[in-house]
Amino acid sequence: MKKAPLESRRQFLHYTALSGAFAGFSLPSLAAQTAIDYREILPQSMTSAGGDFSNYGQPSPYESKIIRWISANPDMPGNGVSWSPLHELQGTMTPNGLHYERHHNGVPDIDPATHILLVDGLVDKPLSFTIDALKRYPMQSRICFIECGGNSNSSWHSRPIETAAAYAHGLVSNAEWTGVPVKYLLQEAGIRNEAKWVVAEAADAASLNVSIPLAKLLDDAILALYQNGERLRPENGYPLRLVLPGWEGITNVKWLRQLRLTESPAMTRDETARYTDLMPDGSARQFSFEMAAKSLITSPSHGMSLPDNPGIYQLTGLAWSGRGKITRVQVSADGGESWVDAELQQPVLSKAFTRFSLPWQWQGQYAVLQSRATDDTGYVQPSREELIAKRGRHGYYHFNAIISWEVSEDGTLYHVYPD
Amino acid sequence: MALSIMFIRISLTLALLCVLPGLAAQPLYQPLGQPAAGLSDKPEWNLTIRPDGGTLPAGSGNAAQGKLLFEQHCAACHGFGAIGGSAMPLIGEVGSLNSEYPEKTVNSYWPYATTLFDYIRRSMPPSDPYALNSNQIYALCAYILSQDGIIKADVELNAVTLPQVTMPNRNGFSAIYPQ
Ligand code: HEC
Repeated sequence: MKKAPLESRRQFLHYTALSGAFAGFSLPSLAAQTAIDYREILPQSMTSAGGDFSNYGQPSPYESKIIRWISANPDMPGNGVSWSPLHELQGTMTPNGLHYERHHNGVPDIDPATHILLVDGLVDKPLSFTIDALKRYPMQSRICFIECGGNSNSSWHSRPIETAAAYAHGLVSNAEWTGVPVKYLLQEAGIRNEAKWVVAEAADAASLNVSIPLAKLLDDAILALYQNGERLRPENGYPLRLVLPGWEGITNVKWLRQLRLTESPAMTRDETARYTDLMPDGSARQFSFEMAAKSLITSPSHGMSLPDNPGIYQLTGLAWSGRGKITRVQVSADGGESWVDAELQQPVLSKAFTRFSLPWQWQGQYAVLQSRATDDTGYVQPSREELIAKRGRHGYYHFNAIISWEVSEDGTLYHVYPD
Repeated sequence: MALSIMFIRISLTLALLCVLPGLAAQPLYQPLGQPAAGLSDKPEWNLTIRPDGGTLPAGSGNAAQGKLLFEQHCAACHGFGAIGGSAMPLIGEVGSLNSEYPEKTVNSYWPYATTLFDYIRRSMPPSDPYALNSNQIYALCAYILSQDGIIKADVELNAVTLPQVTMPNRNGFSAIYPQ
């Protein structure tokens, strides 16, 4: 029988391994091995047939505690958020079942066969699109984060909230969104000169509506049909979601049904009463769309404890900016007295999660761990003190200051404000 | 029939010829939008009410009617008198925005009264959006606004009077886009 080269090589390796064994052990011990019952010494996973195939894979039952943390209104269970467990995850892509949620009145059940998108208002010809039609347009993919404008809002309070990192800062997730560039559809309908804004409306039980500058839709906006390669999850906008890279979550309208081109914003509740930032003088910043640079050490973080003293720990976290690429993440173990550059996982993408890491040798001393992101506009993530000096304590939205974890001498981690 | 099919064939071929050289720069796709001018005029595609009130429906209501409706449909969450419950307060705190403890209510914070009609119709009460009719929604707006004297208790709100209401915080917002 002819042997292929690879096979021969394997045999050769096998042979050397065996000869090694011959060299190391005496014959009697080898003979004794024939009496061994391998079922007793091997793990059960190797001695009995495994489970069945599955039509749609699920996480290991051993990981059943890795879940989104739900905070909803008891009188209105469809109103609230669920936090993405970023402190339990690695890499940069958020699994679809763990992407954060913000719903205003529950997750709608929408049949894609009957759903349409209407593009109208200041256009030459109003057009409607079925989902099947949209699937025939050229698609683009964009890896980007989406962050709720209200993420981290407990950090405006005067006491730090003692909860796991992502249950205070995890209204942000990162995915590959694939769909049709919005500009194709707008151009097909014919944009009139007077059009400057677009009122986007959702088909959920809040009929959520917000106004978006036309310029953003003509820039990098995508009508997403797919999330990380599969069709959108219902809670993330199935069958159609507007994705505006780098802009606050509320503008990434889920369950999209209409884009109406207008001259001016509609002044809806979610761009006046909410998602506006109250300043110390009593005025409010409106249309604060861009999410500024931010970072979060995901491990070690609140609630974790360091088992070895002294010990080496792989400090890691996420950084992102709605204005571009993360160029640098610095890490401090002394509450911002001194900083060291962390390593950035490649590739670093614009308006997307960037994973940073740095090995850290703990000697049992009290420490305050912090990370500080810089983006390619030169913007540096501010300290909490700096942010509050500029914006006061009642902004509620857009908290992007440095987040601090205190390491006590017994190795327990707490959320603190070092200022 | 045959002619038109041929015509499409020819134009497609021409399009391909024109487009192939610049394929990377110029995506080629078939426009698949359906003419929808008929939809654009329908009420279900004109839900948004802008500050000019252009799409406000017919009907009217006042604060006394609104008080009863509020107790029936809203107080369970927003509290009796709309002062807050499991859901936020909707009234009071006018003038508090630059104080140490600012409270953002409809009456203290919202710049436009039209937004109140828009929002109640599209999402309140949460278990039954769109269940209230226009008269009822005008009445609820009148009740909420009158609680802080933004309108007088006897005012009938309708498509003409609602957009004329001046909210206390009308000039409280500054757009930071474009930066
Ligand atoms: C089941 C509880 C519930 C009932 C009943 C209810 N609401 Fe609400 N309402 C809420 C919640 C929760 C919110 C916040 C929703 C959000 O932020 O997405 C809200 C928000 C609002 C707001 C916006 C307030 C703001 O400052 O942004 C208004 C106005 C409002 N409701 C009016 C009403 C009216 C009028 C009724 C009666 C017709 C009503 N609500 C009935 C729970 C309720």
